[in-house]
Amino acid sequence: MYTLPSKLKLFAIIFMVVGAIGIVSGFLTAPSTTAEVKEMMASHGDGHGSDQSTAEESHSTNENHNAEGNLGDEHAQVANEHGENAHDSEEAHLEHTLHQMQNRPWSALYIACLFFLFIALGTLAFYGIQYAAQAGWSPVLFRVMEGITAYLPVASVILFVLLLLSAFHVNHIFHWMDPELVDPNSPHYDKLIAGKSGWLNVPFFLIRAAIFLAGWNLYRYFSRRNSIKQDAADDNSWFKKNFKMSAGFLVFFIVTESMMSWDWIMSFDPHWFSTLFGWYVFAGMMVSAITVIAMVSIILKKQGYLEFVNDSHIHDLAKYMFGFSIFWTYLWFSQFMLIWYANIPEEVTYFVTRIEDYKLPFFGMLVTNFVFPVLLLMNSDYKRVNWFVILTGVVILAGQYINLFVMVMPGTVGTSWFIGLPEIGSILFFFGLFVFVVFTALTKAPLLAKRNPFMKESKHYHY
Amino acid sequence: MASKTIHAIYNDDDLLMQAVKQVRAEHYHIEEVYTPFPVHGLDKVMGLAPTRIAITSFMYGLVGLTVAVLMMNFIMIEDWPQNIGGKPSFSYIENMPAFVPIMFELTVFFAAHLMVITFYMRSKLWPFKKAENPDVRTTDDHFLMAIDAGSHDVKKLTKFLYDTGAMEISLIENEEDH
Repeated sequence: MYTLPSKLKLFAIIFMVVGAIGIVSGFLTAPSTTAEVKEMMASHGDGHGSDQSTAEESHSTNENHNAEGNLGDEHAQVANEHGENAHDSEEAHLEHTLHQMQNRPWSALYIACLFFLFIALGTLAFYGIQYAAQAGWSPVLFRVMEGITAYLPVASVILFVLLLLSAFHVNHIFHWMDPELVDPNSPHYDKLIAGKSGWLNVPFFLIRAAIFLAGWNLYRYFSRRNSIKQDAADDNSWFKKNFKMSAGFLVFFIVTESMMSWDWIMSFDPHWFSTLFGWYVFAGMMVSAITVIAMVSIILKKQGYLEFVNDSHIHDLAKYMFGFSIFWTYLWFSQFMLIWYANIPEEVTYFVTRIEDYKLPFFGMLVTNFVFPVLLLMNSDYKRVNWFVILTGVVILAGQYINLFVMVMPGTVGTSWFIGLPEIGSILFFFGLFVFVVFTALTKAPLLAKRNPFMKESKHYHY
Repeated sequence: MASKTIHAIYNDDDLLMQAVKQVRAEHYHIEEVYTPFPVHGLDKVMGLAPTRIAITSFMYGLVGLTVAVLMMNFIMIEDWPQNIGGKPSFSYIENMPAFVPIMFELTVFFAAHLMVITFYMRSKLWPFKKAENPDVRTTDDHFLMAIDAGSHDVKKLTKFLYDTGAMEISLIENEEDH
């Protein structure tokens, strides 16, 4: 049995507290009126804010509002109506920036929440695959994976609350939720969003989210329960139940995962669509999940809790990290290159905003998510060096956070982005929560599942 | 100078593995082992050095990538930078996404083919090559270990090999050393 070290508990709590302070101060420093925005922009005129304000400057004068995707349209129309009036367009621009700045702490919270939810969900999918494929190497890691997926119910509740807050207009990160956009009599009427309102409407959105989360959590609950029952059983019936359930879950998962990616990520840019988006999100989710499995396994092994986990198991996980990093890059490139090549205006705006406003994170994540893992984990010997796996894992996780950041932020805060207090605070908070929940869950059951039919093979696994 | 080799034939791969371990423990020199299929772990017990073919493959891949980049940079950007469907041919980086499929394929092509050719050269395999098989049964179901008799006592060595489970033991006199 694993006992939670009190130091780790304290460590997690400190992270949560510091993170919470960051989140709260992010909300407190967000401007509430256009006057405050004006003041902030003036005070940030020199120093590090200078390039941000020049970006705003060009923004107010350019006609590229539809490239903005979300918030732009509303104001583009406002600006067009009062096109000649300089004061009005100035005011419209300030209001535009105000919305972006108000969205920023919410988006930061949302991204961090989703990021850690994806780790738990990806681990659950990986766990399901291991069961359905009857893998012989991984059963010694099942309890580690079950520990990580214990975060899923917690994350689901938090995420659903965030979605509810958006649905009740506490925040405006989901632009399409604005009822004026689908009202033909409103000056803000958006024909494109109205055309999609059969899918993108708040009640259906919430029902879908509830179904996705409930389905995943049910599988997580029953597979964990069966896995523990199998420990005390005298036949393999619980294992067989888990095997069948995993196969069913994987079908459910790939369908819901795809729709989830449209709902929770792609709908930040409701004018834009991409067919391989679900796979792209899936690849990012899997690579972070496998990285976390490897890191938690290495940490537990270092503390002497995983007697039967050897370098070959770590080697296998590192191969998965390597493979899924390349898979992620393949999908990233396939999505980018097809749109870049055809250069159809309504599709390409997605990448135009990202390359113009998010150049460093957008291309930087290719280095952290592709170049780094490929070069570091290509060598077979390096995959067995634990600190190498940890080092690469940290870089991959940072890269996958940026990946999510670049998917969400341009649609919610546009050019007003920065990785500052609200973003780092949110990461720290959810990291602390994740560590706390996962390592507490690890203490609830023995770290070695006992009667798994593949356990003996897994214990002697050698590559 | 004629040299002597002892051929010991086994009919089971587990027995062979055991025998290889014992022979090495007695410090006899194993010249070669012939098997009909890959025996997992045989290279380890024989103490063979790990292959470096993966490293060569990596370097060939880098060569392929370089070839692709230089080729397309010259053709598409330097030599005749045409406007083809509005693609930006002003610099390599601007038009790079269009070149990535070729860069990828040439990297794989060079890495794979040159590695295979390296493998053929290093293991001396080519068409019309004379087969070096000492006993036809080793391609079907027998395992043959060739041990350098050298200055050892042949009788003692034969007895020792017999005890390791060898099915057939024969002394081969090579006409010339190679």
